[in-house]
Amino acid sequence: MSLEPYLLLAAALLAVGLYGALSQQSVVMLMMGLELMLNGVIVATGAFWFYVSADRPDGQVLVLVVVTAMAVEMAVGFAVTTAIFRSRDVDMVDSATDLKD
Amino acid sequence: MVQAVVFAICAAASVAAGIAVFRVDSMARATLALLASFVLAAITLLLLDLSYLGVLVILMMTMEMMIMIVFMVMYMMNPAGLMPMTMVHNNRGALAISIGVFAVLAAGIFIVPWPDTRPGTPADPTLQLAEAIMGSKMLVMMVVGMVLFATMVATTVLSTDRGRYDRYGDDLRRSRPDDPIRGGAGR
Repeated sequence: MSLEPYLLLAAALLAVGLYGALSQQSVVMLMMGLELMLNGVIVATGAFWFYVSADRPDGQVLVLVVVTAMAVEMAVGFAVTTAIFRSRDVDMVDSATDLKD
Repeated sequence: MVQAVVFAICAAASVAAGIAVFRVDSMARATLALLASFVLAAITLLLLDLSYLGVLVILMMTMEMMIMIVFMVMYMMNPAGLMPMTMVHNNRGALAISIGVFAVLAAGIFIVPWPDTRPGTPADPTLQLAEAIMGSKMLVMMVVGMVLFATMVATTVLSTDRGRYDRYGDDLRRSRPDDPIRGGAGR
């Protein structure tokens, strides 16, 4: 095993998540795309820790930070969905412009 | 050898599950496909001796996906999957961009001369992480804690209903409330 297969897996997950984030109209599906992108970052960071700098804890700490970013993204995403749904009864991304003022 | 086979299976299945998230018609199936993608990717983390972080990702994503299924049934229009679901805009553009990004990343992965020497893995990676976040990386953890607290406040403000500040202004001096319906809905 080497670093390249793990990085390829991370790149594939990031690309699939990017497709979802760019194309989906639903806020919840958009969140799924973002989560897949963060999943790719987690895999890449873990692989870098193991193959490049296993003697230092920086990679593991970065994985913890990315997992926290994932939790933050979920919480704020659901709050935004709740706010949009209350005002427009759908959870479309385009409805977010209606929330200003 | 066994490790390489397990990695290949989990990697291919993880990407396939990720693609299935945006292909299936049911919201619950999309959520479970995302969960499968996360669990399979976390197994590749377990192969790297990151046992604590791998299990953490599996447990955390399982709970998050259970919550997401409930939210999707609440908010989305096709929870049972009885009709085809295609809520996309600029599908071809997004596909071209994502494939292009993957091609660029893959080219970079193969071109960059990664270091050959691999430092020795610590006897207990979890102990290494624990000592780091309680010592040299404590500032990172404090900042992350502040971010989580700000997230709690922001999500509460975003999701709460209209209160007296929406109706009477920030200083509560408005003579007549600013209601969508005169007199206030539900009053």
